[in-house]
Amino acid sequence: MGADAVADYRRARRMLGVVPQELVFDPFFTVRETLRIQSGYFGIRGNDAWIDEVMAHLDLSGKADVNMRALSGGMKRRVLIAQALVHKPPVIVLDEPTAGVDVELRQGLWQFVRRLNRDGHTIVLTTHYLEEAELHCSRIAMLKAGRVVALDSTRNLLASFAGSRTTVRVMARDGAQHVLQIDGYGELDRELVRLRGQGVEIADIEIERPDLEQVFLRLTS
Amino acid sequence: MTSFWTLFAKELLRFVKVGVQTVAAPVLTALLYLVIFGQVLEGRVQVFDGVRYSAFLVPGLVMMSVLQNSFANSSSSLIQSKITGNIVFILLAPISYLEFFWAYVAASVARGLTVGAGVLALTAGFVELRLEAPLWAAAFALLGAALAGALGLLAGIVSEKIDQLAAFQNFVILPLTMLSGVFYSIHSLPGLWRGLSHANPFFYMIDGFRYGFFGAADVAPGVSLAVVCAAFAAVACLCLLLLKSGYRLRT
Repeated sequence: MGADAVADYRRARRMLGVVPQELVFDPFFTVRETLRIQSGYFGIRGNDAWIDEVMAHLDLSGKADVNMRALSGGMKRRVLIAQALVHKPPVIVLDEPTAGVDVELRQGLWQFVRRLNRDGHTIVLTTHYLEEAELHCSRIAMLKAGRVVALDSTRNLLASFAGSRTTVRVMARDGAQHVLQIDGYGELDRELVRLRGQGVEIADIEIERPDLEQVFLRLTS
Repeated sequence: MTSFWTLFAKELLRFVKVGVQTVAAPVLTALLYLVIFGQVLEGRVQVFDGVRYSAFLVPGLVMMSVLQNSFANSSSSLIQSKITGNIVFILLAPISYLEFFWAYVAASVARGLTVGAGVLALTAGFVELRLEAPLWAAAFALLGAALAGALGLLAGIVSEKIDQLAAFQNFVILPLTMLSGVFYSIHSLPGLWRGLSHANPFFYMIDGFRYGFFGAADVAPGVSLAVVCAAFAAVACLCLLLLKSGYRLRT
């Protein structure tokens, strides 16, 4: 992004908002104090309007004057996200944001992150949950032992590594299961017609799409 | 500058919020020293001519409180931030190592001087004190607090665990302050111990501070001030070098 991380560290750090993986907090301060202090570190005074907005989006408004120590784990995680946003950084780094987070917060979190992404923020997500990466990310780097083993768009990764054949399971009404290997979805219709011709009454169809886990295992095995 | 002021304000707020522990408790400790030592040793220990022992004791106790609390502020704040991990907020922010250093040292000075002023205000009710050279007293209080705050920062940077910091506090800072002439004039010591006292930078701070009250000291105040300045410059340089390199903060 054109800022040297050593020579021009102030500009480089202003571009980044980092949400650390661990639930770190300063037990001396309330949520609002924490966010004001964080703003000040980035050289911003009088940031209350934006702080209020961020707190509202993260459902933190009711906890504004509560000490950090008294918050639940999920609430502390939200404050960490708010802290990363006080200076409106163009790039937000989320370090395993859903590790140990309950379903409700996880859904809310992804909704908010998608909104930030739509508003123009670039999101860098690190995660062990590959289905999360597949669902939310447009470009994926896979690392093993600190080395990048793959870096491409999600679609390309899935297409190039998972093989071109798709597996389709057809469940018949009589309970029988037919496994079809097809090279493209155009073939599917032909195969289904063939099955019906054999007198199979189709009850359900399951298409096994290649997933990132398979890609990762193939890359690292 | 906003980054510096914010970090400084955060460090101030931190000790003000737990003022009972960080200000009231050390003031009480100093008062207990005065009551006990002042009572037991009054009239038995020869200090400066025409100065009562309890009056001699007060500036020493004030300065000891300043030094110990300045040290405690920066060192405990930094080690807590390192252990709980919230130091990451400072390290990821656009804060220079100079701002980092001066914010921690300035907040330590504020705590040290607050406690010192508290001790002085309360003891003034019991003991009659002169203030012959207030500017000398202020200079030594300020520089002494800054030196102790910088030492606390150094100890906080180097320590990785609370017990390492406690060892530094108990085996270095405490003996140096207790043996610095708070409770006696080094002229009453045997030759060897008097000589050793001259190697203790804390001695010069106490002695110089006391000069501000009585206009009398074991060493000329100008010499003491030079020693304290040199000690502060040395510790500050070491701190800045470590902060710049990221030693045990980023590594």
